[in-house]
Amino acid sequence: MSDVANHITLTIDGVEVSVEAGTTLLHAAEHAGVVVPHYCYHPGIPSRPAQCRMCLVEIEGQPKLQPSCVFPAGEGMVVHTTSETAETARKSVIEFLLLNHPLDCPICDAAGQCMLQDYAFETGQLRSRYAEAKMVLGRDRVAEDILYFGDRCIVCTRCVRFMEDIAGDNALVVAQRGYKAYIDTFPGKDLDHAFRGNIVDVCPVGALVHEDFVFKARAWDMDSAPGICPGCSTGCNIEINVKENQVVRTKPRLNPDVNSYWMCDHGRRSLVMANRGVRAEAPMVRQQGELEPASWNEALTWVSERLGDSSGLALVSAGVSNETLFYARALLESLGIRGGTFQVEQGEEVTLTGFPKLKLRAERAPNAAGAGLHEFRRSDGLPEVPDGATLVVVGDALAGAPAGYGANAGFFLYIGSHLVPAAHNATAILPAATVPETDGTFVNYEGRVQRFHRALRAPGVARPAWMFLSRLLEHLDAGIGVREIEDAFSAMSEGTPGMEGMTWAGLGLRGELLSEAGQPAVAAE
Amino acid sequence: MGYPYSHDLETVTLLSRHFGDEKARTLAGWKELGGYASLPKALEMEPGEITEVVKNSGLRGRGGAGFPTGVKWSFMPQEPTGPHYLCCNADESEPGAFKDREILRWVPHLLIEGCLIAARAIRAEHVYIYVRGEFFPFSAILRDSVVEAYEGGYVGEDILGSGWNCDVTVHLGAGAYIAGEETGLMSSLMGGRAEPWIKPPFPAQSGAFGRPSTVNNVETLAAVPMIVAEGADWYRQWGTEKSPGTKLWCCSGHLERPGTYELPMGVNLRDVIYEVCGGAPNGRKIKAVIPGGSSTAMLTADELDCSGCYEGMAAAGSSLGTASPIVMNEDTNIVQAMRRIAQFYAHESCGQCVQCREGTSWTARILHRIEEGEGTVADLDTLYHLCEQMTGRTICPLADSVVFPLLSSLDKFRDEYEALIKR
Repeated sequence: MSDVANHITLTIDGVEVSVEAGTTLLHAAEHAGVVVPHYCYHPGIPSRPAQCRMCLVEIEGQPKLQPSCVFPAGEGMVVHTTSETAETARKSVIEFLLLNHPLDCPICDAAGQCMLQDYAFETGQLRSRYAEAKMVLGRDRVAEDILYFGDRCIVCTRCVRFMEDIAGDNALVVAQRGYKAYIDTFPGKDLDHAFRGNIVDVCPVGALVHEDFVFKARAWDMDSAPGICPGCSTGCNIEINVKENQVVRTKPRLNPDVNSYWMCDHGRRSLVMANRGVRAEAPMVRQQGELEPASWNEALTWVSERLGDSSGLALVSAGVSNETLFYARALLESLGIRGGTFQVEQGEEVTLTGFPKLKLRAERAPNAAGAGLHEFRRSDGLPEVPDGATLVVVGDALAGAPAGYGANAGFFLYIGSHLVPAAHNATAILPAATVPETDGTFVNYEGRVQRFHRALRAPGVARPAWMFLSRLLEHLDAGIGVREIEDAFSAMSEGTPGMEGMTWAGLGLRGELLSEAGQPAVAAE
Repeated sequence: MGYPYSHDLETVTLLSRHFGDEKARTLAGWKELGGYASLPKALEMEPGEITEVVKNSGLRGRGGAGFPTGVKWSFMPQEPTGPHYLCCNADESEPGAFKDREILRWVPHLLIEGCLIAARAIRAEHVYIYVRGEFFPFSAILRDSVVEAYEGGYVGEDILGSGWNCDVTVHLGAGAYIAGEETGLMSSLMGGRAEPWIKPPFPAQSGAFGRPSTVNNVETLAAVPMIVAEGADWYRQWGTEKSPGTKLWCCSGHLERPGTYELPMGVNLRDVIYEVCGGAPNGRKIKAVIPGGSSTAMLTADELDCSGCYEGMAAAGSSLGTASPIVMNEDTNIVQAMRRIAQFYAHESCGQCVQCREGTSWTARILHRIEEGEGTVADLDTLYHLCEQMTGRTICPLADSVVFPLLSSLDKFRDEYEALIKR
């Protein structure tokens, strides 16, 4: 009996569950711990054509099997998802799909992460009795960077419906009908939407692939780490796939409060080049006019002996973590340097109409809000360095700076990951790990503090900036050195408005909003 | 073609009285022949009253399913909260059926009158007549008639001074059998691909443009004016208890006199084929008949003694469908005929459901191979397996439609298959 007016009780695979009226059988089954196999249904795409026929379940008393992705739960229903009838139906769907499906597994990117493979194994339908010639459709460039392998397509229309329902752009259609059906761009239209990469993620098989990922890595060769996209201030939750210490692919990770199941193409591209370029791999100090490598201990001692109170300026990046910014601020305070600025590149904003909270935001940096929280201010250009001043640079702030920038500084401390031209004017270089090489947090546009995790090994002896900055503060008798991210976060959250009571563990993988106290800094961004 | 022929069977020309008379097409001519006499009566009736009359008459949908029309109309909301739509299904694409085209080209005004009365019954003020794309000339005739009807005050605002409004739009399809399925029709009408949608929601809750809608066949709507004018009992004087009225039979294939014939429901199928149509020409014997259009089970020559009505054909192991017997003589290669039928369904599948998209094409390919003499015994097992896997699992019954003739041909003409199998 239902004790709440709009709740329904039913039995699924022998388990009694109680769900809200209007819940579909597929969702009700989740309450019973049952995942009903499906293709065309996607939890993030509202339209439910119920056309793949994979999710058919048996309902006692009903003559026909029903598609659980749309069939509403009814009071007292007794549902069997794995009865012989349901399993036979499911097996036949796999058999039908395998009729024309090419045996591409050895060369298909989806192998190991393919829903057709998964269900073929699960149902045991591994053979086809098809004796005719298979349809051949070949490969088509459906977007500048996305390829479509028509032979592999199961016409689930997830890609078409993602574009229509979520992207609000009817660039893709099903062309032809019946056994000749395939996916194509609408005649005269190009698929160039800023969020088109998501069609590759929703494709259950290897029909849609990113051109820059094709043949790069096998599913089982990749490691992954949960991260936060550094492309803009939205902070989409992502999964960074790594092979042999290179980022090979970035996929979105579900966060219903930030990005749902999606991310934009700009973000996908932003990490692939993450650890390329000329890297600072070892600490360097200027001895007799030349930059010489030194060990960490030597370098930190050397720097702490020479950094003194003098007028100075600081440049930070809006792409470094809160922990790094916190220790940078602490360092500047101990040196008596006030202020500190950062620049943020701006770009065109693109909204994902089907999930309006998700935009490729104009602010092309992940932690401008965090920088604001730590009292750094925006600037429109690089400030002039007064002769003999102390210049502290933290992060990738000199990427476009002229080669002579900072040459006239009294003491130029460069804390960054890349050896850009201007870095060669430094008095000391402390090599920092990039974002995918370290753990940390960012604050996004709405004040959500989110964790990102290490996916790559830093080159040489580069270390997370928060780690050696805290050690440097120790050398200066102005702080305690930390080695664990939990400790860095605690030290930071203690002193940062809006983060009272937050812990690294408590943030989890969904993040937490700053309290009222932190919001003004966010609003100002 | 059938009109000049006479036969000894009872001919009842309720719908087909004016087939062949070009005068019937024009508004002036049609009025002279007594047309648009029912509309004024219907305008005096309440929607519920009209539905009641049609329900009592026992009129059943003539598009093949035979669902009671009055009952279908009663599913529509009694208190509209917005527009309702009547969709007239003129997408006649069933192989073997050619009755709706006759109504469209000879008595378009009868259809228009039926549409208006039906629209009033379901509280709709807009009728969409969806005409299959290949009926281009007939749609032109229909369009001209609609224009005439507007000019004559039978369509549009304040019809015949009653205060009731109703518009009629003729919409041309673009060549898809599946646009004859009611939700496929509405899907195409709305500008999309003709792809049936999952029910619920049912058309009476959410149909064309998301509004409560009813889809009725041309022949069904053409029968409405006379039922409203003469009453339910009058209509029941023909036909059987469960299948009242008359039916346009479309007889094709190996026949002396193929054509469209109006006959009372319940006429014996043997009589239709031999008495009305003269049997197979040149003294050939008949081998098989597909009685209701290609989506029905085949009957052998010995199984033709059955009643040509919904319940009678069902009892005979087939179905009345659209009453479109395709007659095949003894020289017919059943496997070839079945292959051609399967090819049709494979071509027309909309492609949404995996079983239909792949299954119909696979069926056609196997049959083709058997026909070419390259079939094996395992293929027959595969065909039976396919029949099982394609039945009852899809959004619409197109996949089931290929199973009916296929299964019956395998059961009743197995020897023909086996003769072609090499091992």
